[in-house]
Amino acid sequence: MSDPSRLERRSHAARDPGPMAAVFVVLTVGFMAVALILPLLAVFVEALSKGVGLYLNAISESDALSAVRLTLLVVVIAVPLNTVFGLTAAWAVTKFEFSGKQLLLTLIDLPLSISPVISGLMFVLLYGAHGWFGPELRAMGIQIIFDVSGIVIATTLVTLPFVARELIPLMQAQGKDEEYAAATLGASTWRTFWQVTLPNIRWALLYGVLLCTARAMGEFGAVSVVSARVRGETATMPLEVEILYNEYNATGAFAIASLLALFALVALIAKTVLENQFAGDLAAQRRH
Amino acid sequence: MALKIENISKTFDATPVLRDISLFTEDGEFLALLGPSGSGKTTLLRIIAGLEQPDAGAVRFRDKDLLAKPVRERRIGLVFQHYALFRHMTAAQNIAFGMNAKPRKLRPSRREIRDKVAELLSLVQLDGLGGRYPSQLSGGQRQRVALARALAIEPDLLLLDEPFGALDAKVRRELRRWLRDLHERTGLTTIFVTHDQEEALELADRVALLREGALEQMGTPEEVYHEPASAFVFDFLGDSVSFPCEIKGGVAVIAGAGVPIIGPHPNDGAATAYTRPNGFDVSPGDGPGLAARVRSVLLAGPDARVDCVLDGGGAIEMRLPLDVARKLAPRDRVTVTPRTVRVW
Repeated sequence: MSDPSRLERRSHAARDPGPMAAVFVVLTVGFMAVALILPLLAVFVEALSKGVGLYLNAISESDALSAVRLTLLVVVIAVPLNTVFGLTAAWAVTKFEFSGKQLLLTLIDLPLSISPVISGLMFVLLYGAHGWFGPELRAMGIQIIFDVSGIVIATTLVTLPFVARELIPLMQAQGKDEEYAAATLGASTWRTFWQVTLPNIRWALLYGVLLCTARAMGEFGAVSVVSARVRGETATMPLEVEILYNEYNATGAFAIASLLALFALVALIAKTVLENQFAGDLAAQRRH
Repeated sequence: MALKIENISKTFDATPVLRDISLFTEDGEFLALLGPSGSGKTTLLRIIAGLEQPDAGAVRFRDKDLLAKPVRERRIGLVFQHYALFRHMTAAQNIAFGMNAKPRKLRPSRREIRDKVAELLSLVQLDGLGGRYPSQLSGGQRQRVALARALAIEPDLLLLDEPFGALDAKVRRELRRWLRDLHERTGLTTIFVTHDQEEALELADRVALLREGALEQMGTPEEVYHEPASAFVFDFLGDSVSFPCEIKGGVAVIAGAGVPIIGPHPNDGAATAYTRPNGFDVSPGDGPGLAARVRSVLLAGPDARVDCVLDGGGAIEMRLPLDVARKLAPRDRVTVTPRTVRVW
């Protein structure tokens, strides 16, 4: 980096894209338009195609509102759980040495690599009426599968990696020296966490929480296996969309879908804003 | 005796990092832990600070067992090689951190903390820069913030890990002098780790040389430089030239020339002789001594650098006075004799 001529050459290359770069940009934008932007637009167009009145009716219907409430309930439980888990896991993995660390890292990624449907099935096998713990749970009067609790558990598992995965690389890059410095200055572990570690990772943490939230709201696969799919009771927003769609209620389906897409867009915008902030922070740290 | 380290050993993953190290510091002393990378000097510093636990041995400070205390109760100021400043806090907040971390009963009032921070900023010559974030400070300034932060807890002992390692040469020299002054003013017992022999010899009251986790020699800069205990110390403290010799009757015989030995005399037989690049006499033509041919003569400098290829194989890089070197030219045949040698 200290070599000015090299720096200049690099920025020169970045300024002068050339024909190949143009091809790549067109390909990327074209692909995104077909695969992402058009479908997203279609959702809103379709939702509003029968007029604003019908749209508003569709989203203020009691079943729709209950789906929104259930989705928010799931988010409010799953996201904090995974935030605490992500923080704990990242702290443990990056600040301490212990055997089995690599295994833990691999396990954290597991929910990303297995299909959510399989996650859902696992819970049915464990807690379903004929599952391993089914009889015991029934004896205690607890129902998980086909109940709201099953939806929460399934969503929590599927969204488990998001916070941890944001934090671990950053905390690994930051190292342990600041925590060590705090200790030599007489700070307790608690104080060190709140005043040194947490401020250093705040943007990455928020970013992870947002990703986790977006994912938790949209979770379909696992939830569709463990939910009874009763409208107004155990239907989250994605399930509600599917049920309405299967009932040939396109306006209703697209109305809920547009709400869900709107939530996701808000999360995306917040994420982008944070990312800019986060990038500035990261650059400052690299200068540091 | 302020700090006493007794028989410390430490192993990382079956690799011994420290082997049975014992050393001590006097009150108010400035001690350098000097050694190449991998000699265990930083590990030893971290053991004193409490960031590592030794496998065996004891660390006492004023006759109290230091190892029994957790890091935060040791009252040891540690300045990290890369400073480890809290990046989201200003310089002033960094310095105040240790005072704010004290239990409520012992914590100074806000005003006292503010005054102390201002005093420390002034001590490290950063008046008016307390509001800057670490990313807005230069390397040398961060270094001094880190030092002020460590001093703020009024430590009993100050530890510096490669304090100038990340700075460029000019800033290093300035800070070195400044640090020595600061030490004289505060009188704080200080241990610093370095791999730079010049830094250690210039700054320290005493130097402890470490090699592969063991203490090789300990003494004042003058002692270790002029009475090196081993070939390693001799080689590490300055450029050195070595060649085979034959010990006979108290002198080192090198290619027929008898050269006086300084330091311990080994028994008769084959040995290796060491000297500094400026410890040679060069005469034209053949004679007793190492026959050689001049390869290059470099006159730009306070003394001349003369490279010779030895007839017996190998090369010697010498420092000669300019007037001697001016009489030499590449491809001249010369005889090279060390004036004195050390033999191990």
